[in-house]
Amino acid sequence: MIQAIVFLPLLAALVAGLGQRAIGPFAAKLITTGALFTSAALSWPIFLSFVMGTGEAEVVTVLHWVSSGALQFNWELRIDALTAVMLVVITTVSALVHLYSWGYMEEDPDQPRFFAYLSLFTFAMLMLVTANNLVQMFFGWEGVGLASYLLIGFWYKKPSANAAAIKAFVVNRVGDLGFMLGIFGTFLVFGTVSIPEILAAAPGMAGSTISFMGMRLDTMTILCLLLFIGAMGKSAQLGLHTWLPDAMEGPTPVSALIHAATMVTAGVFMVCRLSPMFEMSDVAQGVVMFVGAATCFFAATVATTQWDIKRVIAYSTCSQLGYMFFAAGAGAYGAAMFHLFTHAFFKALLFLGAGSVIHAMHHEQDMRYYGALRKEIPITYWAMMLGTLAITGVGIYGVFGFAGFYSKDGILEAAFASGGGGVIAFWVGIFVAFLTSFYSWRLVFLTFHGKARWEQSEHIQHAVHDDHGHGHDDHAHAAHDDHHHAAQGDGTAGYKPHESPVTMLIPLIILSIGAVFAGFAFKYPFIYPDEGLAFWNGSLAFDAELMHAAHEVPLWVKWTPFTVMAIGLFLAWNSYIRNTTLPGRFVAQFKLLHQFLFNKWYFDELYNIVFVKPAFAIGRFFWKRGDEQTIDRFGPDGAAALVQGGTRLAVRLQSGYVYGYAFVMLLGLVGLASWAMVKFL
Amino acid sequence: MSGFPILSLMLAIPAVAAIACLFAGDKMARWVAFGATLVTFVLGCVMWAQFDIGGPQWQFTERADLFGRFSWALGIDGMALMLIMLSVFLMPLCILASWDAIKSRVGLYMAMFLVMETIMIGVFCAQDLLLFYIFFEAGLIPMYFIIGIWGGANRKYAAYKFFLYTLLGSVLMLIAMIAMIAEAGTTDIPTLLNYDFPVEMQTWLWLAFFASLAVKMPMWPVHTWLPDAHVQAPTAGSMILAGVLLKLGAYGFIRFMMPMFPDASAQLMWIVFGLSMVAVVYTSLVALVQSDMKKLIAYSSVAHMAIVTAGLFAFNQQGIEGALIIMLSHGVVSAALFFCVGVIYDRLHTREIDRYGGLAVNMPAYAIFFMLFTMASIGLPGTSGFVGEFLSLAGIYEASSWVAFVCTTGIILGAAYMLYLYRRVVFGELTKDDVKAMPDLNPREWAVLAPLAAVALWMGVYPESFLAPMRGDVTTVVARLAPAKPAGDAHLAAGKPQPAKAQGEAAHGSSHAGGVQ
Repeated sequence: MIQAIVFLPLLAALVAGLGQRAIGPFAAKLITTGALFTSAALSWPIFLSFVMGTGEAEVVTVLHWVSSGALQFNWELRIDALTAVMLVVITTVSALVHLYSWGYMEEDPDQPRFFAYLSLFTFAMLMLVTANNLVQMFFGWEGVGLASYLLIGFWYKKPSANAAAIKAFVVNRVGDLGFMLGIFGTFLVFGTVSIPEILAAAPGMAGSTISFMGMRLDTMTILCLLLFIGAMGKSAQLGLHTWLPDAMEGPTPVSALIHAATMVTAGVFMVCRLSPMFEMSDVAQGVVMFVGAATCFFAATVATTQWDIKRVIAYSTCSQLGYMFFAAGAGAYGAAMFHLFTHAFFKALLFLGAGSVIHAMHHEQDMRYYGALRKEIPITYWAMMLGTLAITGVGIYGVFGFAGFYSKDGILEAAFASGGGGVIAFWVGIFVAFLTSFYSWRLVFLTFHGKARWEQSEHIQHAVHDDHGHGHDDHAHAAHDDHHHAAQGDGTAGYKPHESPVTMLIPLIILSIGAVFAGFAFKYPFIYPDEGLAFWNGSLAFDAELMHAAHEVPLWVKWTPFTVMAIGLFLAWNSYIRNTTLPGRFVAQFKLLHQFLFNKWYFDELYNIVFVKPAFAIGRFFWKRGDEQTIDRFGPDGAAALVQGGTRLAVRLQSGYVYGYAFVMLLGLVGLASWAMVKFL
Repeated sequence: MSGFPILSLMLAIPAVAAIACLFAGDKMARWVAFGATLVTFVLGCVMWAQFDIGGPQWQFTERADLFGRFSWALGIDGMALMLIMLSVFLMPLCILASWDAIKSRVGLYMAMFLVMETIMIGVFCAQDLLLFYIFFEAGLIPMYFIIGIWGGANRKYAAYKFFLYTLLGSVLMLIAMIAMIAEAGTTDIPTLLNYDFPVEMQTWLWLAFFASLAVKMPMWPVHTWLPDAHVQAPTAGSMILAGVLLKLGAYGFIRFMMPMFPDASAQLMWIVFGLSMVAVVYTSLVALVQSDMKKLIAYSSVAHMAIVTAGLFAFNQQGIEGALIIMLSHGVVSAALFFCVGVIYDRLHTREIDRYGGLAVNMPAYAIFFMLFTMASIGLPGTSGFVGEFLSLAGIYEASSWVAFVCTTGIILGAAYMLYLYRRVVFGELTKDDVKAMPDLNPREWAVLAPLAAVALWMGVYPESFLAPMRGDVTTVVARLAPAKPAGDAHLAAGKPQPAKAQGEAAHGSSHAGGVQ
């Protein structure tokens, strides 16, 4: 069964990708989507069986992979509670994204390729989460990286998409450098790459030290930190996050699936999977918490200033991943996984909702040109509304809350309860909860409320022009040939947005259900002390005491997130609905701060100066100065000049350019060889 | 296993066919060459099937004493088997690759390739030191002609540079070999492998061999002949140069230098590590700024070979097996990449990267193959490149975390230059008219790329097929090196400070614990 879940998407990807000309686009779409829905249908019973407590962890060996001395690993599929959570997240979101893409990618000529990539991605992600050894995890890790690269660059004619794709791959490779060194170190220390064996042996390594690049370090600390560098790359944590916002160049369904719900959470998954290792090192946990909190804060501040709807959500994703990491750093792995689980639903929903808006607005992504869309695309509006309620964590303690309410509060309470650095992380988390609320509502208000500001948009102008001019843009105009020119002047430019087709709305509705109920329905197994212990059953280092303490925190701790959410909501309403001149005045007042945030803390510029440009400059230097002007000059060219001189003098053999040298060389060779023969034999 | 002289037959078939090609017409020469290489390939497969894994170290041995100490002694172990398989697998594909591209002196060209095949099989199966040397150096000659006659505009410079570089080192190696024969009193390689040369003699023998093999590898800083040779060579010449000839250096390391001079190898490993570290970073950065496709791939070959040398000198099972897999993988993948360049070179007659762009539109099948081999070159798991890179780097890490760190940066730079190349050639807007006119792969090109792709994936998913025959030989080499292996594994030592918590286990790693600190 697990084989079917994992390999059906691969099979579908191969059929759709390689056989697209034979079977046609419709069949390619049908096969991939069908495979994914089958996988999802098979995954839910597994997950529910673990929730019910009847699920049994098992490992299925598929094929031998490599054995080299003590280094041996197989292709294996592991199922336990942790995998089961990831299985439902991946297959469900992927199946819905496949379905959504029927509508979203309708006019694209390259649909089979797109669907093949999506399915290929799903396969790689499933291999990642079912890995029973570090190397297979790395296989999945790189596989999703490849799929992400291909999908970001799906519109390969766009230079910006290509640049973003390469950036994503290369920045991830920086993380992979750490991951690989971590695997090597782990193998050296434990003599195996099998995850269960490593986790079983990890406690025995307490107090041991290891030498790494000349430094003597605590074994588990250095191993965890190296592995965590890999997690930082994949999960876009501060320092290695620069690829994620650029990845929005890809089609929006891709952003929803890969860059929100699944791939970027792989780092969190890895830390949770290896949590018994991280538990052995306070330093490593501290670093995880610090990086998580820092990312959380950084990304949220940037999100408040961006205009591109997808970039706002991308930074929001980055920030939410930070939450997950600081939960893991605090030792609340259950809470981290819970947020991963709920986040998958509401963030995929927000992205797909944004895609629906973009679809309706004729590919316009700038929120400055939105406004007043709630009447035009009501289903999208309500779906986005539910997603926003979920991400901002709306809920009444003890009654009911949206998905994010339970998971985010779980993280904040656990961080608070863990004490020490956790309390600082808690306050950072509270501040970020305020920012989250502000930027999320800002997005909703700018997009759906206020007055229409469409007429400045080039995309909209194009759409309207096409309507008037040649009318070949039939999806947009059919219904409003008879629109009144009088309607212009209201900011709409005469454009009439349309609600998306039903294939796009069904995923929105299903994900909305998840965004509303996923937290309420599954909070017990994920984060409650006793139920959690039974559910996770050793698949991650579940700290029942910590979770117990988290539920016992003072009441004000439980209510603070809600309070700051309300403040954020008020501020957003005040700035973008009540008094729309306020943001402009704020920006004028704090120009430097705004510039700093708007330019994403200048990370890209910094990296460009420090890494990218020097790499090319040094490469050119080595090539011209090193190879050509030093090695060749004093090496073969110098020898040639020498030989040429000698040749001219001795033999006057000028015509045989190459042959001349060869001849002299041969003479020398024979001479030397004869000398050696005489001497030794 | 049987007394049938299969190795001599595999040497004879291409040699005879080469003579036939010299006298045949163009069309006939092509078919003769293709047929002969195919038959040799089939014989190779038979040999692989017959090879007894876990059996005696040397199999299919043949011996005929000729004169003096010189004898016609052939035989293979698992490593040689795999490298012979690589050669005979690539050969028919090279012939196919030259099918339409070579129009002048076809008979001579095909003869050169067939001679090359004989020589390469000979190098890997020679069991007599002098016989090995003859094959080893003779390989230069057909390659020299292939570049010099069918090469590009600047072919004379490239051919001469290639010749000069590789010949210079070989003189030293010949002297060293003669000294070895004098010392040990035999030319028999299996005997020499177990002969203990005096330690001080080992040092200079090692250096003499190193001078020759480092050029063939090629290692930094004696690598500059390779980009020129590749750029000027015809497509199939590049394929065989990158695919097999570059493996001769590494084969020499593992066959001769390491088991024959273990003490010198251990003492001088820092030279190899040092040069390899420089090479990985240096040539990767140089590859990043190339505007000529073939030069870029040539520089990437130098970087890959640097990981091979570092992996070999890690002196452990993972390092050496990984290095061998990189050799096989690089043989397949770089040959495929050079062919990919050849495919579009045949259509547009330029190697300038900037002249292309947007090929994904009109050459989708080509784009898929090129992507696959790009990923294999980058070392994406699931392709052959990963298995070799991963194993060898794991082995290197056991020897030194510093070297491993520097070599692993190659995975970042490798991704950068290969994806940057792919983007400029295949992605982007299709604007140029002559590029628009380029048709997708024809059946002949499919026939070359499909087997290469299949093997690259096979080696990535189930490398056991390739590792199993070589395992015993690597174990032998590792055992031979074990006494000389530097104690304490340089930088990395896991263990418990005794007074701390006194758990009983920590079995692993405590054996290394006597390490540095």
